[in-house]
Amino acid sequence: MVEFTMPSLGADMEAGKLCEWMVKPGDKVKRGDIIAMVDTQKGLIDIEVFDEGIVEKILIKEGEKVPVGTVMALINDGKAAIPAVEPTQPIVNKITEEKIIEKFIPDQTVHIKASPLAKRIAAENGIDLQTVTGTGEAGAITKEDVEKAISQKSPVSEEVIQVTEKVRIAVAAAMSKSNREIPHYYLATKVDMSNALNWLNEANKQRTVKQRLLPVVLMIKSLAKALVEVPDLNAYWENGLQKKTDINIGFAVSLRTGGVMVPAIHNTEKMTLDELMTTLNDMIPRARAMKLRSSELSDSTVTMTSLGEGSTELVFGVIYPPQVALIGFGSITQQPWAEKEMLGVRPVLNVTLAADHRATDGATGGRLLTLINQYLQKPELL
Amino acid sequence: MTESEIKNTVIKLLKQIAPDKDPAALQPDDNIREKLEIDSFDSLRFIVQLEEQLAVTTPEEDYGKISTLRNLITYIMKKKNEPNA
Repeated sequence: MVEFTMPSLGADMEAGKLCEWMVKPGDKVKRGDIIAMVDTQKGLIDIEVFDEGIVEKILIKEGEKVPVGTVMALINDGKAAIPAVEPTQPIVNKITEEKIIEKFIPDQTVHIKASPLAKRIAAENGIDLQTVTGTGEAGAITKEDVEKAISQKSPVSEEVIQVTEKVRIAVAAAMSKSNREIPHYYLATKVDMSNALNWLNEANKQRTVKQRLLPVVLMIKSLAKALVEVPDLNAYWENGLQKKTDINIGFAVSLRTGGVMVPAIHNTEKMTLDELMTTLNDMIPRARAMKLRSSELSDSTVTMTSLGEGSTELVFGVIYPPQVALIGFGSITQQPWAEKEMLGVRPVLNVTLAADHRATDGATGGRLLTLINQYLQKPELL
Repeated sequence: MTESEIKNTVIKLLKQIAPDKDPAALQPDDNIREKLEIDSFDSLRFIVQLEEQLAVTTPEEDYGKISTLRNLITYIMKKKNEPNA
């Protein structure tokens, strides 16, 4: 039997609200299946399961908010059954605790007469029944009353503000922890992007508009290849340095309304440039719509941020704990460049590293930046 | 397609990419990307949309010709009137 728990989707997450079960007892599940939807500070997240088996029991009801690590369901994987009492004990406590809070709310609204359907629709749409005038029998609130209230509610704007605030709070918590605990050191280097951009230009001529590559995929791939050779920077700092076998680059995506989401690109070093572009085309719009999967939010082993064309030249990041490195790519700008005692103008990219000095020293960080530069000089090999 | 039809389509596409901004308020010579804060990724999405919705293919070397509303519309009109474009 396997316990399916509320996952931690980042150092800043303490609890999550279960919105919807996608499975019921008796359903067969396999690794990677989405079995629940959870509301977190990072939006509504699809939660994946990592085991194969049959859903034995659902322990948390839809609408309940539980701390990270709480057992939410039991999955029968065909292996020896775990003693039934032991794991359920703490769960029961948590559930009752939640129940007390939950009960408190209905008690307040006891005097409001509303049909069960009306109550459910109101809860789903964040409508406070106390603000709704009932037109049903003896002033009871009907489904139509709630629907009217929903239509009168100011469109999405309010919801968007709420989500933006939540993201702001999540970013604030993670970044405060980082600057409080991590002794950062910073390094920077300049990369001549002539080769990379010429190669990209030619490569894109062979492609349809939809298949075109952006310079950022070259940056992602060169970083992934460099990390293979400098594994100390693809790691967590948790009671010492814990190197990670997979290279899952967390790619910072800024939200248009403020805030940032950092979905992971799984096994980045194994992807081709075209696969990376396809991944970005799928992931960036979902990140902006706050529709990411749990594995994308929890599996990053390192973070990269790319400022993109026409933006600032240089970025020194704040590490996302418990990771130990953040690599920043500035915008590519035309700059004077001295080489072989000649002065010319080149497209120049500033690459920076913010790293945890508890985990590594400047020499290690310097090696990473040098390798990134070397890989970007040979884009045909990426 | 008339100039105003093209303009309407362009504004509609820009609104999808920058829903928090008002592309209809763009002045003809405003830099679209700067005004609407569109990054390289969304800029490519917009060019893909131009192809899908208006059947206008923009080679990379022409990116500089579509930076404002005025030259974007001129560019589309020209492409549409070119034989075999």
